[in-house]
Amino acid sequence: MSETARKFDPAQATSFFTGRGHSGWLGLRYSDHGDDWVELELPWREDLLGEEGQRVLASGPILSLMDMASGMAIWRAMDEFTAIATLDLRVDYVRPAREGASVFGRSQCYRLTRSAAFVRGLAHDGDAGDPVAHIQAVFMKIASTARL
Amino acid sequence: MAETPEIEALTPYARSLGITLERWDDGTPVLSVPFEETVEGRPEHYHGGATGGLLETAGYAALRAELARQDRVATLKPINITVQYLAAGKSRTSYALGRITKLGRRSANITVEAWQDDRARPIATAVMNVLMAEP
Repeated sequence: MSETARKFDPAQATSFFTGRGHSGWLGLRYSDHGDDWVELELPWREDLLGEEGQRVLASGPILSLMDMASGMAIWRAMDEFTAIATLDLRVDYVRPAREGASVFGRSQCYRLTRSAAFVRGLAHDGDAGDPVAHIQAVFMKIASTARL
Repeated sequence: MAETPEIEALTPYARSLGITLERWDDGTPVLSVPFEETVEGRPEHYHGGATGGLLETAGYAALRAELARQDRVATLKPINITVQYLAAGKSRTSYALGRITKLGRRSANITVEAWQDDRARPIATAVMNVLMAEP
């Protein structure tokens, strides 16, 4: 499928979603995408730090970043925007993010069924080969009419 | 024994999100976050990331309270968290409370529940492992 044939444009959708609400408060930005993955950027911010006395980004914003990137990856893979809800999200924090660095969240939708979407991804601070976190998640499609 | 030990202020992230200490429940802090734009995902609902942030913050608060009670000093570092989303978070205040399932020397295992109107009907739960590094 050619790029132009796709209906769901992650770059455009990101600016729509990050104009307000939780994603807007975090300041998430579009970074990159492929056929079934999307990468978003979480810029460094002083008021998102975790433990007092440590210059380390809190883990909460990374969880939000990955939740958002996962949703975008699912819409990209489905090539349409339908209501979805996070069912289960696991984050392994493998190392702290570097001070002052943006954190990038890249999530891939590797399996879609009629009712569920399965994603996996990673967060990194510049080098995707040296992640700060790994994630795995399952989302459910919120069907307006249940299909049994 | 201190039922409500002095715990360090919430993290800059937690304060910025709007999380506050609601009350103490049997020596464990109950945190809350009002429904504001900072937590909103799809219209009139919590963003899954905001709910996760509340759960995680409540888990750390429970651990800090227990460490303070035992006069232990440690730097807390996240190992992992698994969040189960059980119901949509609606446009009202959410609460969360963490329980320490296991407190070891180097790591702690904590379960957390978040709810809105009815504590018996949680909107999300989490299990987290936290590393306690020597200062």
